[in-house]
Amino acid sequence: MNLTPGTRVRIRAWSPPGHIRTPNYLRGRTGIIERALGPFENPEQRAYALPAPKRELYRVRFSMAEIWGSDAERPEDTLDAEVYAHWLEEA
Amino acid sequence: MPHDHHDHLSPSGHPYRQDNDGPLSYWQTMEIAVRELMIEKGEVSAAEVSAQIDAMDARTPANGARVVARAWSDPEFKARLLANGSDAAREMGFDIGPMHLVAVENTEDTHNLIVCTLCSCYPRNLLGLPPDWYKTREYRSRAVKEPRKVLSEFGLDLPENTTLRVHDSTADMRYIVLPARPKGTDSMDSDALAALVTRDSMIGVGLPKSPA
Amino acid sequence: MDSHDFALWEKRVDALMILGAARGHFTVDGLRRALEDMGEDAFEKMTYYERWIAAINQNLIEAGVYSLEELGSKMAEVEARGETYGAAQ
Repeated sequence: MNLTPGTRVRIRAWSPPGHIRTPNYLRGRTGIIERALGPFENPEQRAYALPAPKRELYRVRFSMAEIWGSDAERPEDTLDAEVYAHWLEEA
Repeated sequence: MPHDHHDHLSPSGHPYRQDNDGPLSYWQTMEIAVRELMIEKGEVSAAEVSAQIDAMDARTPANGARVVARAWSDPEFKARLLANGSDAAREMGFDIGPMHLVAVENTEDTHNLIVCTLCSCYPRNLLGLPPDWYKTREYRSRAVKEPRKVLSEFGLDLPENTTLRVHDSTADMRYIVLPARPKGTDSMDSDALAALVTRDSMIGVGLPKSPA
Repeated sequence: MDSHDFALWEKRVDALMILGAARGHFTVDGLRRALEDMGEDAFEKMTYYERWIAAINQNLIEAGVYSLEELGSKMAEVEARGETYGAAQ
């Protein structure tokens, strides 16, 4: 998967137990790729001292409305987070 | 073991807390045991531990302030900082280790705020250790859910037409806010500019000081 | 809301975290995993650096740097040195 800035992506709504760097509040939400950051070792493997093949890491931008719905303070404000490729699907 | 840092003043000029004389706690006992076992096993030396603490004490928000002041006065450096924060910090001679730094710029219509909701990631190699409030669950959860309210509690009321961008340090990047240069500073040199840059302004919960 | 100056033992925990990771015995993710596995209770009852030394120790045990037997024996030896951190350090 090679995602370019502006691509719409959905964060996977998975919930396995364990050390995961994809915050719960973003799972299932749709955003756009802000920038590609390059390959980084998968922390889900690194956390258990296992071999950690690299995965592409992206900064994904969400609108506050997408995350919080009508509870958002100001819908057009944004939140950016880093998400690994295996947690993303094109939306 | 010599009392190597016991009597020094901290970077803020205050004595370190006198907790060396309090009752020994379970976790303090563990720290001593772990450190001595590491030394006995040849994994670290006492000198390395002391040197690491000295390096940590030397990292203060003044480092970040110098980066910001340079970006304010050198447009080409600012472009390099926004393109690759790590390389720009290294270019200024800061030893930031393997840290990946992303600088995000405040403008007339955009304000940026940094948080780590999962733990307490912070650009410590450039700014030193994070303030206590940054590590609290209260800040970590509220900065993404009601950031404007949080900013307001810090004394920063964002205009409704300013876009707020919150950055959650979820993985390998560390963030620093490049605040907007205050008005009335055209004649100031880098040192004078750096003195206006507060730690909080580089996290995004504050603004730089105004010139006196 | 402002920062305090860290105690010597806290700075040493921080140093052990950096140096232990540099030696390849654990990663930041390994420490975070150990912190998360301590559960909500740890966040209520332990301070920041108490949680970190617990996480560092957990990772060093798992990496085989020392055994629980060695740790238990060393902690008893440290406790016997005195009543305060200054006396035992």
